Amino acid sequence: MGSYIVKRLLSAIPVLLGITVIVFLIMAMIPGDPATAILGSYATPENVEKLNRDLGLDKPLVQQYFIWLGNMLTGDFGTSFALNRPVIDEVLERFNGTLVLAGTAFVLCSIFGVIAGVVSAANQYGAGDKIITFAVLLGISIPSFFLGMMMILFFAVNLRWFPVSGMWPIYGARDLSALISHLTLPAIALAVVATGVIARLSRSAMLEVLRQDFIRTARAKGVHERGVIWRHALKAAMVSIIPVLGIQAGFVLSGAVYIEIVFQWPGVGRMLVDAILKRDILLVQGGVVFVAACYVLFNIAVDVAQSLLDPRIKT
Amino acid sequence: MSLVSFSRRGVLAAGTALALMLGAASVAQAQTPPGVLIVGQIAEPKSLDPAAVTAVNDFRILMNVYDGLVRYKDGTLEVEPALASDWTISDDGTEYTFTLREGVTFHDGSAFDAEAVKFNFDRMLDESHPFHDTGPFPLAFFFSAVENVEVVDPLTVKFTLNAPYAPFLSNLAYPTGLIVSPAAVEAGGADFGRNPSGTGPFKFAEWRSNEAVVIEANPDYWDGAPELQAVVFRPITDANTRTAEMLAGGIDLMVEVPPVALSEFESEQYSVFEQAGPHVWFLILNAKEGPFADKLVRQAANYAINKEALVNNVLEGTAEVAAGPTPPAFAWAYNPDLEPYPYDPDKAKELLAEAGAEGASLTFYVTEGGSGMLDPIAMGTAMQADLEAVGFDVTIETYEWNTFLGEVNPGLEGKADMAEMAWMTNDPDTLPFLALRTDAWPDKGGFNSGYYSNPKVDELLEAARVATDQEERAALYKEMQVIVQEDAPWVFVANWKQNAVTSDRVENFSLQPSFFLLLDDVVKN
Repeated sequence: MGSYIVKRLLSAIPVLLGITVIVFLIMAMIPGDPATAILGSYATPENVEKLNRDLGLDKPLVQQYFIWLGNMLTGDFGTSFALNRPVIDEVLERFNGTLVLAGTAFVLCSIFGVIAGVVSAANQYGAGDKIITFAVLLGISIPSFFLGMMMILFFAVNLRWFPVSGMWPIYGARDLSALISHLTLPAIALAVVATGVIARLSRSAMLEVLRQDFIRTARAKGVHERGVIWRHALKAAMVSIIPVLGIQAGFVLSGAVYIEIVFQWPGVGRMLVDAILKRDILLVQGGVVFVAACYVLFNIAVDVAQSLLDPRIKT
Repeated sequence: MSLVSFSRRGVLAAGTALALMLGAASVAQAQTPPGVLIVGQIAEPKSLDPAAVTAVNDFRILMNVYDGLVRYKDGTLEVEPALASDWTISDDGTEYTFTLREGVTFHDGSAFDAEAVKFNFDRMLDESHPFHDTGPFPLAFFFSAVENVEVVDPLTVKFTLNAPYAPFLSNLAYPTGLIVSPAAVEAGGADFGRNPSGTGPFKFAEWRSNEAVVIEANPDYWDGAPELQAVVFRPITDANTRTAEMLAGGIDLMVEVPPVALSEFESEQYSVFEQAGPHVWFLILNAKEGPFADKLVRQAANYAINKEALVNNVLEGTAEVAAGPTPPAFAWAYNPDLEPYPYDPDKAKELLAEAGAEGASLTFYVTEGGSGMLDPIAMGTAMQADLEAVGFDVTIETYEWNTFLGEVNPGLEGKADMAEMAWMTNDPDTLPFLALRTDAWPDKGGFNSGYYSNPKVDELLEAARVATDQEERAALYKEMQVIVQEDAPWVFVANWKQNAVTSDRVENFSLQPSFFLLLDDVVKN
């Protein structure tokens, strides 16, 4: 197992290097530069040139790339032009926000998605199955940002049960209940689509397992139905459900961008959107590399979890 | 080993926990406290160092924390004393001597004096200054005419300019001219922008990244302590979310209300404020080549576009029709005799026939958004329809804002016939000087992207810049406006009215034509 993990980790290095090259090239190729973005209407060629020199952007591209890569390997991600603060501070703080949001949404969609899928499969074509299938199709079809705006309108503006936006109250204690009240709406809005997808795929995974011989054997030896479904069938079905969860985790992380914008959540997705619009090169590059590294690590973790469940997968 | 085992009891417990969470959450919606004004801003500030920032969004905070030597008189764009109680200008217009207000201290306790003023301008302008590395200072060129700042005595400071430069006083009233505490810069270095200290009505308290900037009342303010205890600036980038926060009571004051959202605030609970400012929205026409090289065709475009309809329908009344290159907010320099080009498609068709330009095809650069651009895509589309109605064939090319500036600023030659543009300035000199003179063509480092050239206009603008007498300057600007309107290098479209909404708990609020947000007299119950 140890050597398998090491092997997977080593194979991630070229992937990450490739990502640094791609994100660097994209930022170098898109039109517009930070000096133009900072100066706005006053971006005369002369002012732009001077500011680019002050920002160190007048060096040849290859040199800029290696300076950036070298600094990054020593842990120095540079300073954001638009926020005037170290990139790594901003990225870590924002990533923390995204983790709280996406992590909660992921837990919600995993629990409710799997439960809905199992209940659906256990009552195939029954009333429960039909209701769940209908709800799931509805959930999958609503864009998360639209759902988020509607939830704000209904639960925050009209009913005033929850705050509209942000992660913490402007006044008052920063305790768990404050966080939960800010987190509830965005986490649900983010989880809905993924819940639907997980429910659909869990349902089919369960149906496949329920047809197998060992389920009939379990029933024949007198295990009660609840035990058959939740203990025997679900455990076998998890082998095909876990990769789905892994994919949905990625989906929830990337879907967080929309939710972070709608709910003004201080997360890394909104940070990247703002940074791209302001041509904040170092913040975009640092942020993308950091997020990509997390994705890669997460995928490795999913593969490892899967191979723990089913040793045949380990190669 | 059983990885997942749900029991009915477990599910029940989880459900109960969730219900409890929701219950706990629903009590959290308290009202914002009295005496503390919560402002919904459009973005996270870059820095609270006035020399380092360029965005109106950041200025809104800075103007309450710092003072300049001079400031704009309430409700106008005319300068009045602030940290300088008085000043004299030498006859040749190159020496400005300021007498400083006595007994003023920075929030960090250090004294405000002539040395502090010199420190501020040297930091920005002198590359060998020990704290020049706390930059970059992108708007330092506002003061590029300053050759030397001299401390005459502790309360007298003399600026020597390399040539007469009439907008100098007005530039001192701009946020780039705000005075920071030298002691705080020395202590903070490059971090000064996050630990600012000025002389203003409020002092900096706290900056929670991506959440809020908090400033507190300065009880010792030289111009009278403010009414509020504190102001909290919250960055809320999405306009819909900002509107929702205002409706839900999460903020007390909202700036830049989207035109479509204004109808939400018609009830008694809210007050809507509007204020015309030094903003002009126009189309740059390529006067060097193509159909717009002919003045008649440029005038035809001005007649063809229905500006009333744009302002009322697309912008929902948040702007007024522009008559010429100078916005009316510069009351002293604006020529009130100027009438906007009327909407007259028949006249436009006549002019096109006279010029032999019927059916001319045009490439039109439109931006997706950007500072002061209002609703550029909808406006571009409406103008395209108006121009096609009189016989032009218009092709729109749309660009994201920074890309757009990268295409337009180097000049339209060989690329496009017209482009959208908007400017907000602090002096009537700035826009025409940078965008209408022959010496401001893009290859000479200016913003005259349409290559307009009229020697008489050049002469008037050069003369207005060196005249120190305001009436003399005003006469020159008024004459310039008449000529430019007739020459029609642009389609003059709109002057934006800045807007804001407050809740009924806020009193004594008003917007300024400078677009700054001044909160020292505001009360919140």
